Amino acid sequence: MSDFDITSDTMDGMGPHGTKVGLLRVLGPAHVWALGVGIVLVGEYMGWNFAVGKGGAYAALLACWFAGILYTCVAMIDSEVTSTVAAAGGQYTQAKHIIGPLMAFNVGLYLVFAYTMLEAANAITAGYLISEVARLTGGVVELDQRPFIVLVIMFLAWLNYRGVLATLTFNLVITAIAFSAILILFLSTSGILGAGETHHAELMAGQAALPYGWIGVLAAIHFGLWFYLGIEGTTQAAEEVRSPARALPFGTLAGIMTLLIAATLTWYICVGLIPWEYLGDGVNGSVAPLFDAARLSGTPALVWLLGIGTLFATLASANGCINDASRAWFAMGRDKYLPGWFGAVHPKYRTPYRSIIFLVPIALAFALKVPLDQVVTFSILSGLLEYTFMPLNVILFRRKWPMGVIKRGYEHPFHPIPAIALLCLCSVAYFAVFLGYGTQLVAMIVFYIVASLWFHFRRYRFVSRAAQFTMPWPRPKGY
Amino acid sequence: MSRYVPPKQGRVGQFLDVAVLLAMTFGALYAPLYLGLAGSSKSVPAIGEATWESLGQNATQVAQYQALGLTDPAAAAPIILARYDYGFSWLALAVMFVVVIGYYVMMLRLSDREYRDVIAEKFDGSNGRTRR
Repeated sequence: MSDFDITSDTMDGMGPHGTKVGLLRVLGPAHVWALGVGIVLVGEYMGWNFAVGKGGAYAALLACWFAGILYTCVAMIDSEVTSTVAAAGGQYTQAKHIIGPLMAFNVGLYLVFAYTMLEAANAITAGYLISEVARLTGGVVELDQRPFIVLVIMFLAWLNYRGVLATLTFNLVITAIAFSAILILFLSTSGILGAGETHHAELMAGQAALPYGWIGVLAAIHFGLWFYLGIEGTTQAAEEVRSPARALPFGTLAGIMTLLIAATLTWYICVGLIPWEYLGDGVNGSVAPLFDAARLSGTPALVWLLGIGTLFATLASANGCINDASRAWFAMGRDKYLPGWFGAVHPKYRTPYRSIIFLVPIALAFALKVPLDQVVTFSILSGLLEYTFMPLNVILFRRKWPMGVIKRGYEHPFHPIPAIALLCLCSVAYFAVFLGYGTQLVAMIVFYIVASLWFHFRRYRFVSRAAQFTMPWPRPKGY
Repeated sequence: MSRYVPPKQGRVGQFLDVAVLLAMTFGALYAPLYLGLAGSSKSVPAIGEATWESLGQNATQVAQYQALGLTDPAAAAPIILARYDYGFSWLALAVMFVVVIGYYVMMLRLSDREYRDVIAEKFDGSNGRTRR
């Protein structure tokens, strides 16, 4: 039935023209874990604390667990679909095979925006951290953060340009260090090793616990997503892993478990050391809360460790975001959803180099010009639209190819409960976003509507029809 | 039973398509910022001379603020007193949900039309009912 092989070492075979120079299949499960956790772990180092500002300390914890359930559903659904549709572009390629081209085009844009904005947020944090270290080590003049922001993005783009194995091995090492730093900080401040440093009862007394009541809990969910946003990015490695059916579910599910632990520990450490008003103000207060918590511990070694952890987390996340955004952009170019020029693979390094380079100035434009909370919100909104697509996607996937019709790398349990739960959780998250950033949400959706019409009535004419469907599956049921 | 053969796009056309997409992207993301409609701002109530007591801070909270470098309560006051206003319009909420649902309905319907063409050409060799 099919004239291609997605596991071929010599042909990429996934695009309409199946080039001889494809992406390299060199990654294992640990790289998938490093990609997913690497992108997300920075959410523990910065950004999540806006949830404390939105609703108080307990609201942030409830938001953390609420978002944890949402992302567990995402990881389960993603593991099944991606282990079956194993191709670069991740959810974009899934949508192309399961729902249709216009949905795929939109999902591709969600991915690119979510990751590019997250990359910009990471660069802002890295710049802030370097200036803060300069101040703490005796600098008398405030350091200009902009050169460091540019340097971070340019260096990581260069690393991505040079090859995926080095890029994600680098991510694996720095992500492991950043995660270990959280564990060490928890052990050191919680009283498990040495005297306890935390003051939960005193810092969460009175109004500090739930200053806005239950509406604050709902509002906090907006930034609760930040604890885990990006774990779904593991799917972008699908065309570069040696064994998609094993590596993708293993890496993704191990990743969400790691993040659930890291998120809860982060909350516990930070609210036990930092007053909630300061913690919740991520612009004028605590930009890097774990780093601030280490400062409050009074142990210089912890300050250095968490400083390094914060820097590594931002670098790992930005690195993974460049990897993922470029794969999504590349996959759309390869299918001609975008100009085919972007669908090129570097003849030597086997990376989507044109897409990597093209997205650099866009990330810089936002990192240098837009405040952190706005950049974070842009990323969250794109992610939320993507999570709304996922339950629709898996329901249609199971309906069009019922169990047993095609071979699945992983079958997620209790279907359709995770899909329905995810849809309900997304509705609550929309309300949370509405409470603070409804205008941006509507502006973004208006953009997607205009972009959809542009794609349907203009761009789609350049796309081959049958060549988009590259999986060796039988005809979908009902079509 | 004909297959759809897409036209070849020239370099200028490719460049224009990217420019249009970028213009839409920056417009959607920057417009709320420049129009001052982005984000929920906090309001800070006016107070007289700020003291740690008037800011409602206990001894532990004061000690942590001082350890963070905020030794002057007046400097900490804007951070401590700032609050969000969660009042909202039900009409605005309804409009938001209508926009979100309408967007997905539109996208699913148009996607399904395109998808049927893809499946028809893939499995039957024809390009279905919608031809461009």
